Amino acid sequence: MNVIDLIEREGMRKDIPDFGPGDTVRVHVRILEGDKERIQVFEGVVMGRSGGGLRETFRVRKLSYGIGVERIFPVHSPRIEQIDVKRFGKVRRAKLYYLRERKGKKAQVKEKRRR
Amino acid sequence: MDYLLGRKVGMTHIFSPDGGTIPVTVVEAGPCTVVQRKTAEKEGYDAFQLGFLPKSEKRVSKPGLGHFKKAGVQPFRVLREVPPGEGDEEVEVGSVLDVRVFDRGDHLDITGVSKGKGFAGGMKRHGFGGGPATHGGMFDRGIGSVGMAASPSRIIKGKKMPGQMGNKQVTLQGALVVDLIPEENLLFIRGGVPGANGGVILLKKSVKGQRGGLEKPKEQVRSLNPLKAAKRAARGL
Repeated sequence: MNVIDLIEREGMRKDIPDFGPGDTVRVHVRILEGDKERIQVFEGVVMGRSGGGLRETFRVRKLSYGIGVERIFPVHSPRIEQIDVKRFGKVRRAKLYYLRERKGKKAQVKEKRRR
Repeated sequence: MDYLLGRKVGMTHIFSPDGGTIPVTVVEAGPCTVVQRKTAEKEGYDAFQLGFLPKSEKRVSKPGLGHFKKAGVQPFRVLREVPPGEGDEEVEVGSVLDVRVFDRGDHLDITGVSKGKGFAGGMKRHGFGGGPATHGGMFDRGIGSVGMAASPSRIIKGKKMPGQMGNKQVTLQGALVVDLIPEENLLFIRGGVPGANGGVILLKKSVKGQRGGLEKPKEQVRSLNPLKAAKRAARGL
């Protein structure tokens, strides 16, 4: 097997839940302030995932005081304490860039019934 | 010994203990066998000849085979000479160098052959500006004026012009060894390394030493998956 894949597998996390574009997630991020560590939650819609293996990242969009904020997290980052999947979204594409141009109700993602 | 031959495996990133991402190039470094010792008396200069990547005896020419037989070692695909450093007098023909020549936090100079870009124009090769993209410039990617007129009536030597780019020897100085796995002969070097994946590179302890402002990470840098710790312990690592 490819050496890079083996190395990447070593650092990969198995405690990350299955989620994809359109899902609403709560990402618990560890933040260092001086020498104190605290956890901040970033909640929003997953706009897509990119990359593979250890290098995979996902993009989360939320509205903060009416302003769209997007953050990109590495899926396997040790800075991520936990990811909760709140809601599964029903979407028809892999990257939800169209959410940026939409406002209000049109910017919502319908829920998908699963399981 | 301050030198080692290696092969570029590819790039990935690793997470540092504080969660940051470090881009790294994975290099398979060594093991290298000393095939020949050249001396000032015999050859006119001092050097060690290192062999890297074993090769089948069938693939070696008869004179080549004789060279390896004389040293009492297996044939190698790559032979490269390196100058002796301090304390290398005891290194004998047939001794094997492995990745432990280097350590975490070492700075290396890495020599390889850069990826060939072919015959490239001035914009790609030297970063020339080119012409305006719009407004009917009529001058797109040319190099522009190459000099003056009647005086000096020639083109100044060294004028940057289109030509072959890449596929030539390049040395990267001061690359940092972020981590290493001695069991697998692997080095993790921060950032890129000259050449394509699979390319042979020469690693050397940096002549300029530490690059400014970098501290030496002596402990394990890669954050390891705790779930794999048990497996690792079982394997005795």
